[in-house]
Amino acid sequence: MKTMTYGQALKEGMSIRMRENPNVYLLGEDVGAFGGCFGVSSGMFEEFGEKRVRDTPISEGAIIGTAIGSAATGLRPIAEIMMGDFVTVAMDQLVNQSAKMRYMFGGKISLPMVVRLPGGAGVSAAAQHSQSLEAWLVHVPGLKVVYPSTPQDAVGLMLSAIDDDNPVIMIEHKALYAVKGDVYNLSPIPLGKGDIKRHGNDITIIATGKMVYEAITASEKLENAGISAEVIDPRSLYPLDKELIANSISKTHHVIITTEETKRGSYAGELSAYIHEELFDMLDSPVIRVCALNTPIPFAPNLEKAFLPNAADIFRAAKTLL
Amino acid sequence: MNISKETMQHMYITMKRIREFELKTQELFAEGKIPGFVHLYLGEEAVSAGACEYLNDGDYITSTHRGHGHIIAKGGDMKYMMAELFGKATGYCKGKGGSMHIADRDKGILGANGIVGAGQDIALGAGFSINYKGTTQVCVCFFGDGSTNQGTFHESLNMASIWNLPIVYVCENNNYAISMSQSRHQHIQNISDRGKAYGIPSIHIDGNNVIDVYEAITAAIDRARKGKGPTLVECKTYRWRGHFEGDPAIYKPKGEQETWLKKDPITQFKTYLENNHLFSEEQLHTWDAAICQEIEEAVRFADESPLSDIHTIVNDVYSDIIEEVHVR
Repeated sequence: MKTMTYGQALKEGMSIRMRENPNVYLLGEDVGAFGGCFGVSSGMFEEFGEKRVRDTPISEGAIIGTAIGSAATGLRPIAEIMMGDFVTVAMDQLVNQSAKMRYMFGGKISLPMVVRLPGGAGVSAAAQHSQSLEAWLVHVPGLKVVYPSTPQDAVGLMLSAIDDDNPVIMIEHKALYAVKGDVYNLSPIPLGKGDIKRHGNDITIIATGKMVYEAITASEKLENAGISAEVIDPRSLYPLDKELIANSISKTHHVIITTEETKRGSYAGELSAYIHEELFDMLDSPVIRVCALNTPIPFAPNLEKAFLPNAADIFRAAKTLL
Repeated sequence: MNISKETMQHMYITMKRIREFELKTQELFAEGKIPGFVHLYLGEEAVSAGACEYLNDGDYITSTHRGHGHIIAKGGDMKYMMAELFGKATGYCKGKGGSMHIADRDKGILGANGIVGAGQDIALGAGFSINYKGTTQVCVCFFGDGSTNQGTFHESLNMASIWNLPIVYVCENNNYAISMSQSRHQHIQNISDRGKAYGIPSIHIDGNNVIDVYEAITAAIDRARKGKGPTLVECKTYRWRGHFEGDPAIYKPKGEQETWLKKDPITQFKTYLENNHLFSEEQLHTWDAAICQEIEEAVRFADESPLSDIHTIVNDVYSDIIEEVHVR
């Protein structure tokens, strides 16, 4: 067992595979000697050299294009997009090219590539450096999307993402990079396997990214109020561990979904629709979504705080159900 | 440059294959045999025939929405191409791609592409991969004049330049970005000027002269193989048809098409071959007849092939997940 930060865990996952497989490489803006905007690849340049830890110009489309072309010709790229928001600049390459190539080409091309997107708010980075755009990505057939919340999940999901023969989007919450946690093993966590972050019987709280911590805080308060909440982190947004969710709801019959996304058109909405369509008979109340406001993300700390959902919001939502 | 008789023969056959394939496609599309859209390469045959002649199967190309010519020139099989155009199970993409998405990994064809300019970024990856592995392969990146106004063009040239990638950028300047003539869509005459801005050796040549194309691109390929980095070759040519079949091309000024038809790349090359006593007219006719036969066989193959089973619709989205068919 080791204690490491979420950022170090991501680096550990990348480094393990880069040591084992010379075809794995990292590219992105300032990932080299600078160590990445959030320091995630700090030290990798020194260990693996310029060839495999490759600084790029500020050209997000070309970063993803390079990942695609090199994956199609035998390499296993990991592309870092400095801020997840900048993936909008690379949307053609990601959505029209990487996600569709295998299908359009009749299954004849594999694209084993990972795209790392630091997302999430809470650091006063304002509207273009804070978004949670997972719904856009999960929407696209051909992409897999994962979102770790702990160091253990970060390393395990990174290993699986690199091993996967499909484009995998790794959403990383930028406010979690410095969060420390215990890492019990350095083995891959299969994509499509969720995790119960806290066991409970009365209500299921499905949370992603940093909201997992808010959900745990809320469930501790709910415990004091006599409500036993189960916190589920899907970890892999697509493929989704439907079994884990169904098992929990079959026991609790009440569901809150909480994500940092703007509520309208969110992944939380997709989850809610899935539960209503497929698990309706298990429900004793409608699913509630606790998400961010339908506004761009404001800069000032007080405004940003008001924009984001938090433990108190989850607590209140749970109290309306039970 | 001394070009062998064998090379001349092969370039002629390639051009003629492309011409006949496209004429047949035009006819079949008009008959309603081919669904969707087709963007024909008629009039531009010398570019891909000359550009691909010096490539091996291990070399890569990226292509465009007007990709039939590139695929034939890079060794694609016309049977599987035609079957794909028909949307059949035996097509290159099992009927899931169509004209704009034909790819053949074994021949280094990284795909035709429905997004203008997208291949330029993908070519970067192929070039990167070659440098990374330290092989002497190259990647030829085909694109039109219209795509040089996309950001991808500029990003790609810049990155290939700083990383010294073995990419040959082949601009097929056919004078049209859909309906906009070059003089309306950019304020320069020579797209090769733009390559210079990225420190890339750049030239413009007569794209209807297959020998000029072959010589220029062979030199660029040799540079790339020797580790000397990318080159931009602008081939000036002309799109005989509209942007897609069904486009009446009313935007073309009077007389323009006629002028270019007189510069038919195949007629020009034929004259060259005959004047230089390389091949007799009779010999050329024999090849022409054999090519028409190949096209007929490709059409028959496509026609007789089965449609893809409906159940395959959910296959190949991922390498390992079969999408569920949900009840609607």
